Amino acid sequence: MAAITIRELTKVYPGGVRALDALDLDVADGEFFALLGPSGCGKTTLLRTVAGLESATSGTVALGGADVTRLPPGRRDVGMVFQDYALFPHMSVLDNIAYPLKIKKRGRGDRHARAAEAADYLGLEGLGKRRPGELSGGQQQRVALARALVAEPRIFLLDEPLSNLDARLRLEARTFLKRLQKELAVTTVFVTHDQAEALALADRIAVMEKGRIRQLGTPTEVFRRPANLFVASFIGSTPMNLLPGRVEGEHVVAAGALLPLPDEARALTAGEEIVCGVRPEYLDYTDRPADGAFAGRVSVVEHLGGSALVTLDVEGEPVHVVVGEGREPAPGDEGWALPRPGRVLLYRDGELVTAPRESDVPEPRMAPTGKENG
Amino acid sequence: MNTVVRETLRRIGLATFVSAVLGFFALPLLWLAFTPFDANPGIAASLPDFTLHNFKILMDNPYALESMRNSVLLAAATALLVVVCAALAAYALSRVRVPGRDALLYVLLLLSSIITGTAAMVPIFLLAFNLHLIDSRLGVVLVLTGGLLPAAIFLLKDFTDATPTSYEEAARVFGASPLQILRHVVVPVIRPGLATVGVWTVAQVWGDFLMPFLLLRNPDKAPASVIMYTFYTEGGQPDLPLISTFSLLYSLPVVVMYLFVSRRYGFRFHGGIKR
Repeated sequence: MAAITIRELTKVYPGGVRALDALDLDVADGEFFALLGPSGCGKTTLLRTVAGLESATSGTVALGGADVTRLPPGRRDVGMVFQDYALFPHMSVLDNIAYPLKIKKRGRGDRHARAAEAADYLGLEGLGKRRPGELSGGQQQRVALARALVAEPRIFLLDEPLSNLDARLRLEARTFLKRLQKELAVTTVFVTHDQAEALALADRIAVMEKGRIRQLGTPTEVFRRPANLFVASFIGSTPMNLLPGRVEGEHVVAAGALLPLPDEARALTAGEEIVCGVRPEYLDYTDRPADGAFAGRVSVVEHLGGSALVTLDVEGEPVHVVVGEGREPAPGDEGWALPRPGRVLLYRDGELVTAPRESDVPEPRMAPTGKENG
Repeated sequence: MNTVVRETLRRIGLATFVSAVLGFFALPLLWLAFTPFDANPGIAASLPDFTLHNFKILMDNPYALESMRNSVLLAAATALLVVVCAALAAYALSRVRVPGRDALLYVLLLLSSIITGTAAMVPIFLLAFNLHLIDSRLGVVLVLTGGLLPAAIFLLKDFTDATPTSYEEAARVFGASPLQILRHVVVPVIRPGLATVGVWTVAQVWGDFLMPFLLLRNPDKAPASVIMYTFYTEGGQPDLPLISTFSLLYSLPVVVMYLFVSRRYGFRFHGGIKR
């Protein structure tokens, strides 16, 4: 069990690709931490550098306060689960799980007892003699988890832990992983490109782009208040509406709607060009005209199950609204989308406009762990 | 009507052709199967006048059994050396980025056919002479290994390339050293490839005539392929009872080995297709 402290970490691949760019990150002891970003953003490189599989070009990685930047992976005391699980195909499940103990030169009896214990703990009873190829995807993942945690590492690293499972298993494994992490309380870092996975699992998320962290926060913060347009467009299963607009006195004009200027954006001067962001979930649909609402014609209605995603054509701009069950309009109807108070975010030059100083985070935090540094 | 005749003729023609080709390849094998048991061995394949006398002649020959032992020694030593060196080289070549790696491999492959061929006969002899490796089994093993290694590396590299690096990375994270990784993970995973290369090397060495003929002076050290060349009667005629029985004995080990390894490892296709 240990905290991770990363300072000025840079990784430049031969050929000049800068995968990590002077990155700073603190992961608190016992935290469940997600590295989220599109492919090629450096999240896997960061994970592999923490594991020691990639060497840093410059900067430091410290685990539990001790600098491990130059240590080989085997001496960092980390457990890792690979995207393809990397279970040794020629070994039985039990031998696979016992392998880290074999490297640590534990006696045969001891390591098999420990491996059997770990297997039982992860619900793999009776599968010890099988080969990895004879297991289902979910079982393989559990074997990989058992193998990673049998030696009781200080840090647990997961590379895309759910991506190799089919949709139904993925949900089950997600719940399982979250419970497991809470029970073991081991510092866990996982990499994912799926924002829903990061929001569901993590205590805190780092959203990455081009080797830098674009936002660091709890799932609530990242979802409700994306710090910039990149995060705003990346987070959320239904993408945020981002409408170009202009400040006019006490109001913001965007897509023909006159919206009240949020308190935090008082510092903006009239006439400034901004982007107005509001999530489809935070818009209320009505079929009657309303003040401060986006007015338009319904062009598409997509059913999401318990709700529907309605696309309004507002002065040529598409505005997405999530509409509750039973209240879906028909395509061609006229409709209004009213933003809920306090849910409209303004972005100037791609960055969120916030009140100067003090209340940086007005929303109550979901998880009280850790605090961000820069 | 005409088409029926033509079709019949076509079939007869095809059957005759196939029979002729089959006969061409089957006759020597029949000779090998029958002649050793024939009281009057000739150079034609005929149903034997059954006897085991020929085998007694073989047993009485001072060099015959000894040469089989020599062949086994040479083949086993070369196979061991080739498999170990090729495994290390193929693993390194598929994991470490060396500039011009593929070109290097192709050039070696091209040159290797010369090393054990007639073209390099004289230089190899001189080299062995200067290294005092004439009439030494070690010399033969080293020259044969050198000649077979490039092709063996080439074969094995396909297997190591097809092994996901995440196996090794997983082992590394658990603290395994490079040699432990090779022993615990890479070798078991590419075992079918190692078996293939081993069998292939044994078969190559078993059938090789030129190098042992060139480098070994003492008939006590000569392998079976060379000894067979000496089986003539005093009158200069081929000693057919001896040659036929010895040929049978000579071909059996390779067949048995192939059957054993094929059953054990099945020569599965490994890699190439994503499961």
